Amino acid sequence: MPLFGVEATFWALLGPFVAAALSPFLAKTLKHNAAWLLAVIPALAFLQFLSFVPGIAEGQTFKASLEWVPTFNVNFSIYLDGLSVLFALLISGIGTLITLYAGGYLKGHENLGQFLSYLFLFMGAMLGVVVADNVITLFVYWELTSITSFLLIGFDHLRRASRRSAVQALVVTGGGGLALMAGLILAGYQGGSFELSELLNSGDVLRESPYYTAIFILVVLGAFTKSAQFPFHFWLPNAMEAPTPVSAYLHSATMVKAGVYLLMRMHPVLGDTELWMTVLPIFGGITLLVGTILGIRQTDLKLVLAYTTVASLGLLVMLTGTSDPVAIQGAVIYLFAHSLFKGSLFMVVGTVDHESGTRDLNRVGGLFSLMPITGTAAVLSALSMAGLPPLVGFVAKEVLYDGTWHTVNGELWTGFAVLGNAMMFALAATVAIKPFFGAKVKTPKVAHEGTVLLIAGSITLAVLGLAAGAFIASVGHQLLSPMTSAILGVPFDEELHLFPTYLSPALYLSLATIALGIIIFMYMDKLRVIVADALRAIGWGPDKGFDQVLEIIIRFATTLTQTVQTGSMVTYMRATFTVIAFILFVPMILTGNWPKLQGIGSFYAYEWFIAAIAVIGVYAVLTARYRVTAIVLLGIQGFAVALIYLLFGAPDLAFTQFMVETLSVVILALVMTRLNLKPTDARSSRGKAFDISLSVLCGAGISMLLMSIVQLPFDPTLSEFFTQYSRTIAHGRNIVNVILVDFRGFDTIGEISVVMVTGLAVLALIRVRPKSNGNSNSEKNR
Amino acid sequence: MNTLIFRTVAPYLSALMMLFSVFVLLRGHNEPGGGFIGGLIAVSAFAIYGIACGVSAVRRAMKFHPMSIAASGLLLAVVSVLPSLFLGQPAMTSQWLALPFLGTVIDLSTPLFFDIGVYLVVVGAISSIALSLEERAD
Repeated sequence: MPLFGVEATFWALLGPFVAAALSPFLAKTLKHNAAWLLAVIPALAFLQFLSFVPGIAEGQTFKASLEWVPTFNVNFSIYLDGLSVLFALLISGIGTLITLYAGGYLKGHENLGQFLSYLFLFMGAMLGVVVADNVITLFVYWELTSITSFLLIGFDHLRRASRRSAVQALVVTGGGGLALMAGLILAGYQGGSFELSELLNSGDVLRESPYYTAIFILVVLGAFTKSAQFPFHFWLPNAMEAPTPVSAYLHSATMVKAGVYLLMRMHPVLGDTELWMTVLPIFGGITLLVGTILGIRQTDLKLVLAYTTVASLGLLVMLTGTSDPVAIQGAVIYLFAHSLFKGSLFMVVGTVDHESGTRDLNRVGGLFSLMPITGTAAVLSALSMAGLPPLVGFVAKEVLYDGTWHTVNGELWTGFAVLGNAMMFALAATVAIKPFFGAKVKTPKVAHEGTVLLIAGSITLAVLGLAAGAFIASVGHQLLSPMTSAILGVPFDEELHLFPTYLSPALYLSLATIALGIIIFMYMDKLRVIVADALRAIGWGPDKGFDQVLEIIIRFATTLTQTVQTGSMVTYMRATFTVIAFILFVPMILTGNWPKLQGIGSFYAYEWFIAAIAVIGVYAVLTARYRVTAIVLLGIQGFAVALIYLLFGAPDLAFTQFMVETLSVVILALVMTRLNLKPTDARSSRGKAFDISLSVLCGAGISMLLMSIVQLPFDPTLSEFFTQYSRTIAHGRNIVNVILVDFRGFDTIGEISVVMVTGLAVLALIRVRPKSNGNSNSEKNR
Repeated sequence: MNTLIFRTVAPYLSALMMLFSVFVLLRGHNEPGGGFIGGLIAVSAFAIYGIACGVSAVRRAMKFHPMSIAASGLLLAVVSVLPSLFLGQPAMTSQWLALPFLGTVIDLSTPLFFDIGVYLVVVGAISSIALSLEERAD
């Protein structure tokens, strides 16, 4: 049974966010030692998740739920089975070590607190992804990982390359996230539930749904972008701009595996179809080969690791795509092994970089005697990565070969796997041997062993890889088989052995891999030149394509903006009034509801008098020679309208109209004096003709609209209500005011907020002025 | 326009208009008037004063930045929404308090404060626009 009950998991999920809030303060007072204290939080979360293991090994699953937005079936619910628990253990466990490592790596950095804060935010988001039961919850956390990884990659935001990589990662993974959202919602509606725990038991419903292909494509898009599958792989190596703790955490064990997690999670309901078993292995296999080939080209150790991560993710996707139980078991073991050795190797490379001043593999060498512990970690992890006994990586390779060999198209997938693993073998050898063995090379800094904070993580993970290999039977039973069962949707428990018990094809394949790997390693330098030349010959890649797409979008946006926003007031006004004319006339034309022209002639004498004032006003405006005069004369119209209000018993309205008219004239006149306009009208006669017809249309349209409204039967419900209750409920005799401040006071709050914002906006606009005379006034305005 | 007569009369005129604007504001609940109209009258008063005596004089007379006045008005309006919440009624339910004052009874109510808020927002925002337009950089 869980340590503190299932509900305590919510606290484990909240923990990293609390740590994120604390980090800046602790880092200010304790400096890098804050890492020791902060690491306690993910460690506690780790213990909480660890306590689920015995129950899950017996086939139990755990659920808990909090209501979030019940109206939309959105709950904050969690679901723990073999898959989510192993992921949660990796995230919180490696997270603990990474916290320590970050403290050592960024020791003395002024923004250490900020960095730790981002790291914890990411950790919280990532934990949420893997334990979320509700698909919307999952999506929210999913996007949160994209955003936090943006912050982490762009941590060194003063460098252009960092900013570009951060934006690239955000665009690619965030964009994929949107596809995922659509896919999950579609799946939720088709499967009849938004809870994964229920959806996963829906059997063949999704596979038989007419929307299966759409769901598949959308979900796979989300997974491929996140897990850097070809052709979206380019963001991951670029993300190496981030400080090494980020790469060790996000780009080995956690974030990039979210896509793999998603595919594994959805496997029981989406997998085992022809589409699944074609698309996933092909893209996975290509990613595996592309990743390793590009990895050979690199001389930067961190980039070598990044490309092998791409390759490993490809391998995982390929294996998941076979839908074969043994292959998936292989994927699970490989995923576990990869998290340990890749996390460790990234930390090793970071330590080498930190202590020697470089991570270029041609500029380091013979460091083992200087950095024995880091070197040991490197060797152990590289052995696991190369798939050599007695490490867990060896078991992974044996099982996955065993799996692929027996699947449909098994020869092809096995071929991919052997070739990819052989190159990975060679790259592992490069990472471990080049820096630590061979002749000593003079490094930029005099290298020595890193601090405890720096080495604790890598050596722990490396030793865990060794231990997991030694105790593979119980690790398999407790951790790995439950995860495989969760992916398959049916119980699966095959005993794992460190050493093969009989001469299986897998063993021969393993030997072939090692032999091929050694050959590749021996010709590494030559291969590097060949790959580099080939890439130069191609000259284009998705990375460049990303820039081109962005450029096209920006160019399109610029063109569009320049077309629409001409900066000419006349154009804006014409566009606005044309639209108004359309809005007024189109419904009347379409419905044929023209107002009846009745009662026009039966005005009283004083009404004719007001109309005459308005007409004289119009005439005066039209014949006015100067703009300012025209504006002042425009006020006559307003006063005429105000008089009408007064005559028809609306003193409040009339009153307001008078004031508004007066102030508009004053403000308009002030605006006119500020703008350097020609005092007279400079429009062409054609332009004038257009404007005149437009204004006549708008005026006629408004009049006809009002006439139509007046000719409708009058519904007195509201006015009777207000008349009846304004005195009794609201204690006011002035109904207009009572409506404004009481009955519909909420509207008024909105309106005065608008007035307020308008005031601020105008103030801001007025303060923007050419630099030449800008300073004299800004002082006065304060 | 800026004649001696106008300049002499303007301060008195503005003062009268200010007084009138407050009168219009306060009587608004029962007679034609209210915060919006009152505010507009007050702005007109400032406008006249500004045309006659210059913007800096108006700013001195207002003591606070016009936008601060508008902001405090908005705050007052929003705060007057709240008392009903403490009494367990829906927000904005009006609360009335009859205070005996020198022989008469003064009705204090949340709508009154709400209206004063409206008045201040209008005064602040519109006069801020007018004033900043008026002070030209020449």
